[in-house]
Amino acid sequence: MVDRRAVAVNAPTAIETLERPGLVDSRFTVPGMRCAGCIAKIERGLQEIDGIEAARVNFSAKRVAVRHDRKFDAEELVAAIGRIGFEAQVADANPLGQDDAEARMLLRSLAVAGFGMMNIMLLSVSVWSGAGGVTRELFHWLSALIALPVVAYAGRPFFSSAAMALRHRRTNMDVPISIGVLLATGLSVYETIIGGGHAYFDSAVMLLFFLLAGRALDATMRNKTRAGIGALLSRMGKSARVLAENGSSRTVEADHLEPGMLMLVAAGEALAADGLVEDGQSSIDNAMLTGESTPQPAGVGDTVHAGAINLGDPIRVRVTAASSDTAIAEIARLMDEAGQSRSHYVRIADRASRLYAPAVHTLALLAFVGWMIAGAGWHQSLVIAIAVLIITCPCAMGLAVPAAQVVASGALARRGLLVKDGSALERLAEVDTALFDKTGTLTLGEPVPSLDHLTNDQKTVALALAQSSRHPLSKGIVSALGAEGVSPASLTAITETGGQGISGMHGEIPVSLARGALDQTGMASTLRIGEEKIAIVYADPVRADAAQTLAALDASGLDSRIVSGDRHSPVRALAGELGIEGEGEMRPDTKLALLDTLKADGRRPLMVGDGINDGPALAAAHASIAPGTASDVSQQAADAVFLGKGLMPVALAVTIARRTMRIVRQNFGFAIGYNVVAVPLALAGLVTPLIAAIAMSLSSLVVVGNSLRLARMRNAP
Amino acid sequence: MNVLVFLIPVALFLGGAGLVLFFWAMRDGQFEDLDGAANRILIDDEDDGRNSTNEDEEGCR
Repeated sequence: MVDRRAVAVNAPTAIETLERPGLVDSRFTVPGMRCAGCIAKIERGLQEIDGIEAARVNFSAKRVAVRHDRKFDAEELVAAIGRIGFEAQVADANPLGQDDAEARMLLRSLAVAGFGMMNIMLLSVSVWSGAGGVTRELFHWLSALIALPVVAYAGRPFFSSAAMALRHRRTNMDVPISIGVLLATGLSVYETIIGGGHAYFDSAVMLLFFLLAGRALDATMRNKTRAGIGALLSRMGKSARVLAENGSSRTVEADHLEPGMLMLVAAGEALAADGLVEDGQSSIDNAMLTGESTPQPAGVGDTVHAGAINLGDPIRVRVTAASSDTAIAEIARLMDEAGQSRSHYVRIADRASRLYAPAVHTLALLAFVGWMIAGAGWHQSLVIAIAVLIITCPCAMGLAVPAAQVVASGALARRGLLVKDGSALERLAEVDTALFDKTGTLTLGEPVPSLDHLTNDQKTVALALAQSSRHPLSKGIVSALGAEGVSPASLTAITETGGQGISGMHGEIPVSLARGALDQTGMASTLRIGEEKIAIVYADPVRADAAQTLAALDASGLDSRIVSGDRHSPVRALAGELGIEGEGEMRPDTKLALLDTLKADGRRPLMVGDGINDGPALAAAHASIAPGTASDVSQQAADAVFLGKGLMPVALAVTIARRTMRIVRQNFGFAIGYNVVAVPLALAGLVTPLIAAIAMSLSSLVVVGNSLRLARMRNAP
Repeated sequence: MNVLVFLIPVALFLGGAGLVLFFWAMRDGQFEDLDGAANRILIDDEDDGRNSTNEDEEGCR
């Protein structure tokens, strides 16, 4: 009898509050959960297992937190979730901790600034409506009491960034912001003390509030897409089953593998280290590593590399090089170096501020000097100079970029493209050449069987057999037949023999789905029903909309070409089919060299690739995109990740990024136009706190409104 | 004008209460799973063992 606790799934099961010895927490990512039913299924299914105390799904992050007995290890729990019907992977302890903390800090600052703004505005409105004498002074003092701690707390993100920039003798948008806020607050405190008429506390706090809103939006967007990408990252090849002398096996993290260990690599698993095959005969998929789509046979004595996937039988591999000595690690070093150039990229807002900050600071200084010469006295001159700074403080400018980018990345996410940050969007807008990897990028990168010659009965049997296996070829059959709407036959006695195939009984007839006898490479299998044998061959088809995508890129003025690690002949064939240039047998370093040549010619290349061998090129290119099926390193190196079977998001990314930059430039135009109107008023000494507040909120609203137009884009680029 | 003696503290208190509540909600993890809450409302509570969520599950996979 199952322990059936009355579990109300709607009630928040407080995992944190249950502190019992012997229980541990584990976290898993479950990318496949899509609806309420999945939440209920996972939570209830897990809680029915003895020894699992609680399970709580986080739907946004596609994660499940499980509080369980120590007797379970992670793999058993993954298997348990698998039995419920979902593929799960062990999640890293806290992959996004740092970003998360930053977003929380910005949100808290935003809340504090909002609180301060509302209360100060309350007081300011009565001052503007003509409150005078003691009341005005009291209100100014109260405003000061609220504003000083609020500015100190909510201004930290700007002050610390500005201080950092100044320490490195650079300037960024935060420098004029910080100077403006600090001077406005300082002047207002002085005015309050001497009982003057104008305090700008409301302007200072409102400025912080608007700018923080932009920053918080930006951080939230970044976290959301990173969580989306984090859920895609697999744990493949990050650990290995290691066999001990006495025949027992244990799981060892890839970092802790040592030369001489004997790994057991099951079918469908990725290798975690380089090694020599000691036992077994199989075929190896090197596509992630070399870009070559045809699997290669691997027998005793052959060298296999980390990152390759074992497609056939289980093999035993003696580790020859582990962790930092593997072929992958060499690629990782290339990537590190290649990524350096990108860190020198200067965001558009900072480029603007390089011109903007000196201009407004000179203007304010000139205003001060001018009024001093005109004989206005140092107090009035200072007030006017600071009014110039407040009115030019880049409120609309600070919002101009993040508002547009947040809206654009939201629009792109709905179309299946996750952009990592604003800088990525800016660089995507500038690309003028597109380089595509072949396997897994232009092609789907997964085996698709041709099943047209099967009868309906045969299809139902094939589906029933294939769906009980995790072999990549079986998965290909399941997704192809699933899409056709075939429902599986009911089979009994289904058994899977590692690497050989699956067999079962269909009524009285023995059926099996086994490795193709003729094809050494493993890209074929044989369906047996009784005495009947049907061969099924697999191919890695080109994405359906590849030609359209290339045409769309061409229309945007991008030259496309293929750079692949695969052999020359298939690359040239595909390039000819798509009508673009193509080069094969490119190694990671030759891809890098090609990118360098392009850059030296003044080109800005966009790299689209999925394999580990594309990693350095993805890191070095001006901008890069990886498919959701790409290797972890590639997804982490790329600026954006696209989901699904279509290639169109790549073309959309470029189009939308360019449109976003157009909107950003319009926003800058608005911000400058507003300054052209407002600065003469400030120079003339006519800007009161009321005018400053109205001008500031109006310009921010215009900029945000203009950015929202990006959300109304139609699908057509 | 004496009414200000009450009104201003009341305004500050209400604003401050909102701020404290927001901080509490953030620390409590109320914003951790924004899409999950919208979906959970569709889950039927498990009552006497009859599984009434079949429709949801079929619609899902």
